[in-house]
Amino acid sequence: MFDLLIAPFTEFEFMRRALAGTLALALGAGPIGVFLMLRRMSLVGDAMAHAILPGAAIGFLLSGLNLFAMTAGGLIAGFIVALLTGLVARTTELKEDAALATFYLLSLALGVTIVSIKGTNVDLLHVLFGNVLALDDQTLLLIAGNASISLLVIALIYRPLVIECVDPGFMRSVSRAGGPAHLAFLALVVINLVSGFHALGTLLAVGIMMLPAAIGRFWARDITLMIVIATVSGVLAGYVGLLLSFHTGIASGPAIILLAGVLYVVSLLFGRVGGLVRQLFPGRHLEA
Amino acid sequence: MGCALEFRNVTLGYDRHPAVHHLDGKIERGALVAVVGPNGAGKSTLFKGIVGVLKPLAGQIDLAGLSPHDIAYLPQAAEIDRTFPINLYDLVAMGLWRRTGVFGGIGRNERATIEQAIAAVGLTGFEDRAIGTLSGGQTQRMLFARLLLQDARIIVLDEPFNAVDAKTSADLFALLQRWHGEQRTVLTAMHDIDFVRTHFPETLLLAREPVAWGSTPVVLTPENLLVARRMCEAFDERAAECVEPAA
Repeated sequence: MFDLLIAPFTEFEFMRRALAGTLALALGAGPIGVFLMLRRMSLVGDAMAHAILPGAAIGFLLSGLNLFAMTAGGLIAGFIVALLTGLVARTTELKEDAALATFYLLSLALGVTIVSIKGTNVDLLHVLFGNVLALDDQTLLLIAGNASISLLVIALIYRPLVIECVDPGFMRSVSRAGGPAHLAFLALVVINLVSGFHALGTLLAVGIMMLPAAIGRFWARDITLMIVIATVSGVLAGYVGLLLSFHTGIASGPAIILLAGVLYVVSLLFGRVGGLVRQLFPGRHLEA
Repeated sequence: MGCALEFRNVTLGYDRHPAVHHLDGKIERGALVAVVGPNGAGKSTLFKGIVGVLKPLAGQIDLAGLSPHDIAYLPQAAEIDRTFPINLYDLVAMGLWRRTGVFGGIGRNERATIEQAIAAVGLTGFEDRAIGTLSGGQTQRMLFARLLLQDARIIVLDEPFNAVDAKTSADLFALLQRWHGEQRTVLTAMHDIDFVRTHFPETLLLAREPVAWGSTPVVLTPENLLVARRMCEAFDERAAECVEPAA
């Protein structure tokens, strides 16, 4: 049992690093994912991941596999897209989804254009799929830093963010804090995606946000509990996913997301809130 | 008394088309005013202008030093996401925003106030209910509890008694009277003319243009109501620019 569950982490440093990185990632991404889901923005994370890819690719082209260049490129691209989306959605008739779609596609097209002008046949596998088993000190610090910022900022903007989600009209009528809170939230989405792409790659970075959030929805009727459950299931998926990857040789990123997928299917079937089994066998109705 | 609200030749609308046209007048502090008129008369538009959601195309709305954020506003169709996982207690507690802001704590005093507000609308025992499980009438009661907590000097209610049964509207109207008694200024869009006649001292009859404004029995005459009903709802796409001189 010890050999199976603990030993990989005590014996190998890269596994310890991977575990630390994954846990930090799950802690930051849990609450973000829940809010994305509750704002019906589940696919926004995916689009944003596309939006940061060109920025990271430009950074990669300019200075090779340099953590800061790629992170800065990704952050800049992500923030620009998030900001423009927020502004357009708030000032024109375009809704958030349409505004985001236009800007992330432009960002993607721009990135691909720059890459093709440069004409180098670069290996962007790292950006696409990440590598949680090769996290160096800098990357680990970046992920941990981003997770800390996320938790802190979420705590700061929690009240306006929740009110803005439940009743945006009321938020507007009592305060101007709704808009800034929403933009801060979008910024958090971006930094978490940047963290995620180092560990899991841009394609799967969204997974560690959205799957745990969906799991939380099946077990809690209250947003606080939902966030706790989402975060815990993200952590659990990370830990078990790394073990699975270690013992079977499956790539670690997909293993983590697949594990989250297993938890999700279990929740979908047996969840206390709206799980399928509950719906099929609700029991006899009550007296009052 | 002093006035709480003053309209100075206010025109509100969309794409330059007026929905409220050249409104002039004052609302005294502590007044209980019904705003009456057919659908499309500009009642909701007027309220949006008062709370600052819509900027006037012309003229000014003077709030006597208050900010639009100081007005408690219940829109006709609240934009509430009823699937959001939050319970009735927390939603009502939002009404304390002006007191707590982003960071202010909710202590024993605040909790007592919240419980009083929930009791005042007759929802004691529903505190832990998810908002998505409430009926239409219960939802409206919940929103009134939140309005109570907002403790605003001006309260603007857009058709608050629509789709609400007689008992609920009577209970909720008692809250309006309580606010009236506390010298708060209350504006309410209404469709039930008989209810307005018996319950509201002052009425503004609106049909894009203000038709009549003043003491309810004087305003709600058959002639005035007929004028209001004849209002043409459609905008004229080729309307010329309005050149009526500012009053």
